[in-house]
Amino acid sequence: MDQITSEKHLHTQDLNLKATELRLGLPGSESPERHINGGSCGGGGMKNLVAGAKRGFSDTINIASGTWVFNDNGKSEVNFGKNGGFLGENKNPNSMKDGVVKSSPKHANHPQVSVAAPATKAQVVGWPPIRSFRKNSMAAKKTKNVDDPNAEIGSCVYVKVSMDGAPYLRKVDLNIYSSYLDLSLALEKMFSSFTLGQHSTLGSSENPLMDFLNGSEYVLTYEDKDGDLMLVGDVPWDMFTGSCKRMRIMKSSDAIGLACRVAGQSKTAASCKRSIQRCNTSIL
Amino acid sequence: MNAPMPPQQQVTNLDVNVSSMGSSFPEEVLEHVLSFITSHTDRNIVSLVCKSWYDIERWCRRRIFVGNCYAVSPAIVIRRFPEVRSVEVKGKPHFADFNLVPDGWGGYFYPWICEMAKACPWLEEIRLKRMVVTDECLELIAKSFKNFKVLVLSSCEGFSTDGLAAIAANCRDLRELDLRESDVEDLSGRWLSHFPNSCTSLQSLNISCLSSEISFSVLQHLIARSPNLKTLRLNRAVPLEKLYTLLHRAPQLVELGTGAYSAEIRSDVYTNLTDAFSRCKELKGLSGFWDVVPSYLPALYSVCSRLTSLNLSYATIQSPDVTKIITLCPNLQSLSVLDYIEDTGLNAVSLSCKDLRELRVFPSDPFVADANVSLTEQGLVDVSEGCTKLQSVLYFCRQMSNSALSSIAKNRPNLTCFRLCILEPRAPDYLTFEPLDSGFGAIVDHCKQLQRLSLSGLLTDRVFEYIGKRAKKLEMLSIAFAGDTDLGLHHVLSGCDSLRKLEIRDCPFGDKALLANVSKLETMRSLWMSSCSVSLGACKRLSQKMPRLNVEVIDEQGDLDSRPDSCHVEKLYVYRSVAGPRFDMPSFIRTMGQNPAYRRKKKKADP
Repeated sequence: MDQITSEKHLHTQDLNLKATELRLGLPGSESPERHINGGSCGGGGMKNLVAGAKRGFSDTINIASGTWVFNDNGKSEVNFGKNGGFLGENKNPNSMKDGVVKSSPKHANHPQVSVAAPATKAQVVGWPPIRSFRKNSMAAKKTKNVDDPNAEIGSCVYVKVSMDGAPYLRKVDLNIYSSYLDLSLALEKMFSSFTLGQHSTLGSSENPLMDFLNGSEYVLTYEDKDGDLMLVGDVPWDMFTGSCKRMRIMKSSDAIGLACRVAGQSKTAASCKRSIQRCNTSIL
Repeated sequence: MNAPMPPQQQVTNLDVNVSSMGSSFPEEVLEHVLSFITSHTDRNIVSLVCKSWYDIERWCRRRIFVGNCYAVSPAIVIRRFPEVRSVEVKGKPHFADFNLVPDGWGGYFYPWICEMAKACPWLEEIRLKRMVVTDECLELIAKSFKNFKVLVLSSCEGFSTDGLAAIAANCRDLRELDLRESDVEDLSGRWLSHFPNSCTSLQSLNISCLSSEISFSVLQHLIARSPNLKTLRLNRAVPLEKLYTLLHRAPQLVELGTGAYSAEIRSDVYTNLTDAFSRCKELKGLSGFWDVVPSYLPALYSVCSRLTSLNLSYATIQSPDVTKIITLCPNLQSLSVLDYIEDTGLNAVSLSCKDLRELRVFPSDPFVADANVSLTEQGLVDVSEGCTKLQSVLYFCRQMSNSALSSIAKNRPNLTCFRLCILEPRAPDYLTFEPLDSGFGAIVDHCKQLQRLSLSGLLTDRVFEYIGKRAKKLEMLSIAFAGDTDLGLHHVLSGCDSLRKLEIRDCPFGDKALLANVSKLETMRSLWMSSCSVSLGACKRLSQKMPRLNVEVIDEQGDLDSRPDSCHVEKLYVYRSVAGPRFDMPSFIRTMGQNPAYRRKKKKADP
């Protein structure tokens, strides 16, 4: 499927002899003729190369029966239409030799990009091979500097997710999810093995996390940059990914007081629990 | 532990000679001789000579190294070496550094510390890498060993600053506390104040991975009463304005890691810093440098001429600033930088740093395809040409060519470690669009002492043919997004005589190569394969053929028991072990060849 889509894109490019910057293949993958011309994309040589490369990609995807993106089953992970290659498109490599390449704004180079959240991007887990400590250091620096929504693009921030009673923590990269729904589905998968023993009836499988949260005694909370404990779902998604330092799946009974504080009014226990359920509903 | 149990003893002439030699050759003499033999491999070989040497050796062994914590049982190891003083253990596979090993995988230090706490009261040193260490473990260390001196936790996790407080409070003779890159639950900076006033033994302190602020006065006082402090690596939270007071109290420092290297631009701060650095006549290594404000860099120029090690890999400073510092360091042996250094900076390195042995260049913006800096293959070529002692390279870049690799290989046949990461997977030679087979082929052809190699870029089976034929000293190989068929893997497994660790991700390697080289796997420490084409059935067959291998299949998708044998496994980790299968795994990891019912029973039985 991906192969067909990308070849379609390729044909579109054949007609555009301008140096469009959208690439579907690998940087530097130009046929020799185009190289002499000073490099515009598209053309036969590239198609072959890309097709060759693509075979490799799609083979790997099929064979692995998993996906490129961490824990994100069945989604369109390496979205060739959106980004091209795995890193996003690349400029004419010739321009690299002339000196420092100015990075142009990404959106201008994505004429075919659909309306997708710019803050997230398909990423391959563990590539490039950079240790978490370094990634987190660089990410911390980025969030420090700018309020620019693009500042976090491509960065990768792992936050810990703990669940009361689970034998070990999980770490998730928030930047690979585009919504609370994505996140909740992923978390449900991760933690379902810990709860299966406790809750044998999970209700309908359509919304397992909802069932899980409603039927069980757990809510999803997080600690933000200021160290405050918040309910997940209270703030817009982008704000959440920028401020979440750590998540915790905690018992509702512990969280009820939290909802009351957050609401800023005194409430009965029952209405607090309803608030929590409403929050959970809004997540999902 | 590499040595198997000693061979069956049969009475031979040799034995008779040895035992008669033994009677006129007191144990003490042999022990004394052995004390000069420190390499682990050599000690293992000594223990194989005969039974009496085995016994003598085990009683005088002071240091043990366990490269894979699951290869041996802690109880047996400790029983064999009751007088051990220093233990080094490694846990998770290397790819855990890149989040490829799922949480809960294992690598628990607890079983080890339990054995050691019981049996080795004189233990002095513990060095761990990629292991799960809990606060309980740290507390056990703190109270079990009167002479405890050295704790190094490299890329470990599972403990908090509470555990560190226990170490600080109880280890009266602590010399070294090094938390390098560990993932610590940082509850507060107060743990540091648990070092008693009587503790004056510190020689090395590395807290660079911690995020909390520590009380500066506590830190200052600790440093002031540690006259032997040689290595101090601070965390980001330690402010630059106050660094000079620490340096005043520790002018004997040999290695310093700064905190954030930024402050308001003030002349008094600058003067204090410059003055403090100039007093550090022993300083040979610098690191840290988060959030650098370039105006403060000249403050350290006075130490540059003595520097042998410089780590600017967190410093987001531009090429001119980086280059300026480096050109002042003619004695540099080890350099880590970001790619902000660019080709021009590396060219300067090649001209100024003639003693350079190790170069690491990290990407400043790895997740964008557009090069944000002008760093290409040329920088590395220049360094390979100008730095004749260069042995170890880690280089992230966006383009590479066969001709550049070939130049590098010819320039530097003395390379022992070559790790190249071209950021885009499967990127071809950017000039010819061919695979980079011949370039890497040249590397293994010329660099005959190569021990470690990481590949990247577009690679076919051919590169593995070259590697199998020529890389005879290669011990560790990392492969990603490479190769065409099983033949690639077969070349490596059948050809690389010295191979100990092989880690592979996203390559079309499968059953055939694996099953054709089963006995090779027992000569290696471990094999990791993820997102490849290995079937569950092949894993089972491998396990049947090689009972002394643990064949662990990791699959987070669902129940492995109900999968058909033909389905591909997500991740596979195979390692030799004399300890048999382990039982501390999460539900999504299975050791092949284990009866599931037995496994559940054993898991319940073990604490």
